[in-house]
Amino acid sequence: MNDMTKPLLSVRGLTLDIPMSNGTLHAVRALDFDLHRGETLCIVGESGSGKSLTSLAVIGLLEKNIRRNATQMNFDGTDLLTASKKQMRALRGNRIAMIFQEPMTSLNPAYTIGDQLIEALRLHKNVSREKARNRAIELLEKVGITAAASRLGQYPHQLSGGLRQRVVIAMALMCEPELIIADEPTTALDVTIQAQILSLLVDLTREMDVAMILITHDLGVVARVADKVGVMYAGELVESGPAADVFGKPLHPYTRGLLRCIPQPGKTERGAALGTIPGIVPSLIGDVKGCAFRTRCPHAVEACRDAIPERGEPPHKFLCVHPDGARAAEGEPA
Amino acid sequence: MLPFILKRLGLAVLVALTVSFISFSLLFLSGDPAAALAGETASGEDIEAVRRLYGFDRPMLVQYGEWLWQAVQGNFGESYYFKLPVQSLIADRLSVTMTLGVCGITFALLTAVPLGVAAAIRPNSIIDRVALFLSVAGQAMPSFWFGLILIVLFAIQLGWLPPSGASSWRHYIMPTIVLGYYAMPAIMRLTRAGMLEVLNSDYIRTARAKGAGEMRVMFKHALRNAIIPVVSLAAVQMGFMLGGSIVVESVFALHGAGYLAWESIARNDLPTVQALILIFSMFYIVFNFLADVLNAWLDPRMRSS
Repeated sequence: MNDMTKPLLSVRGLTLDIPMSNGTLHAVRALDFDLHRGETLCIVGESGSGKSLTSLAVIGLLEKNIRRNATQMNFDGTDLLTASKKQMRALRGNRIAMIFQEPMTSLNPAYTIGDQLIEALRLHKNVSREKARNRAIELLEKVGITAAASRLGQYPHQLSGGLRQRVVIAMALMCEPELIIADEPTTALDVTIQAQILSLLVDLTREMDVAMILITHDLGVVARVADKVGVMYAGELVESGPAADVFGKPLHPYTRGLLRCIPQPGKTERGAALGTIPGIVPSLIGDVKGCAFRTRCPHAVEACRDAIPERGEPPHKFLCVHPDGARAAEGEPA
Repeated sequence: MLPFILKRLGLAVLVALTVSFISFSLLFLSGDPAAALAGETASGEDIEAVRRLYGFDRPMLVQYGEWLWQAVQGNFGESYYFKLPVQSLIADRLSVTMTLGVCGITFALLTAVPLGVAAAIRPNSIIDRVALFLSVAGQAMPSFWFGLILIVLFAIQLGWLPPSGASSWRHYIMPTIVLGYYAMPAIMRLTRAGMLEVLNSDYIRTARAKGAGEMRVMFKHALRNAIIPVVSLAAVQMGFMLGGSIVVESVFALHGAGYLAWESIARNDLPTVQALILIFSMFYIVFNFLADVLNAWLDPRMRSS
């Protein structure tokens, strides 16, 4: 079958530009990443760092005014850069499924849950309504919805946010996709529901051997579920690699800053202030040169204004002028 | 769905009763009906005789009850002017007005909805600009002027269509366009605004992410949600059109109910005016009720509220 060493999704040099009245906004710059079958890649970063745009670029649902460029964007042999609209449509919802942030508004209010689940399957597979209905019931049960058969006749407004997100997850799984892109799937939910939905998503993707790109700004989530981590800052992947490496041996000053922002049992002193990263994200309009983090970085030097080399031993890579990132400067042995 | 329909039906009946009472009261709000009937030269005794003859001496509620009882059986009394039963007077006129109204709203919907959808799919495109121009022109042009322009062009210069009258379907073409074009701009703009809003919503993005084609996204997922406010507006405009457009009926010499209403007011022909007001109001009530039912079918959230 498929070569196990060959990535399912391979992206090289992904760049997204948005023309604005006062110049071009370089929203995403020269992004590289690979994802293998069954792997979970977590992309972390603050709002506006380009995480969501990256995921929309993969499934080809960017707004028309956004310009997409890349040297390579390959999904299991299909070149996503040259794929026709029809080819993209055949992939979307079928082999690549997407779960969005807002369960309250991401289901159509005019149709029943059943209609929408059945549609997801019948858009791609030539199956009878009856079979599609059975598949819908099976998946609703899988995502932990009781009395699944009777739920099919309900409308989205009759369900709570947590239930709706379960329906959205079931919908994404209808065609047995190979890749699920989940864009902050739990952000809009109550904290108690967040954990449930997330572990459901992770369990199901593992059980069904589905690769997942999970976009989040919750580092706690990342630590639990990620095989790989990509840290985005101002449109760049500033550090990426296996989760154990990025968390165990963070190199980029921004990653280190982020990790100081979350309390760690046993390490963070009770009552001590948590870390913060002072400053704001720079404007990405016009020429963007050098390291975008330099204005907020405690280790910034003159050379940060120039082109930044990619460092690290693959697969753990980072972008910084300092050969060991911020480790030495922050008093850790290299 | 059924409880919703019954509730709306109950409300519609209550509104209809209120309106019927108001239209009945018109008789008394416009002065002493007996004195008006008897004429300017009548003596006090003549007026009293008329009052007893027509039953104006009885309590108002009793008169209302009797009038309503007759009205629901289709009996609206005798026209003061024509000395004919009001119902037979109205029946002819109403068929002209209803034909014109149904054609007018159909024309308006068939042009406005596709144009609004096309404009929303590509905002600021040529189609959007043309649609905007047409709707501004439609809103700005008085109906009588547009009607006259059509008559000059198509009836007099080109000789394609008859200028006036109602004896064949060809007589209805120009009045339909004038009446429909009056309703078109609002429906078009509302469709466009509704589609633009819906197309930006998350569930449209979900539909695209499922792999649905553009036609399916537009018509199955977007239009059904965007059309809901349009249904309510179209119902009101339909009620308005069936109430008869005095202007359009006059320009094209179509003797419809609107024209009759205007004449009857001028002649102080109260039974006819009462009957017309009641019938026009019933049109509004019926179409609003139908619009509510249609909306509840389109939008399940409305059924539970």
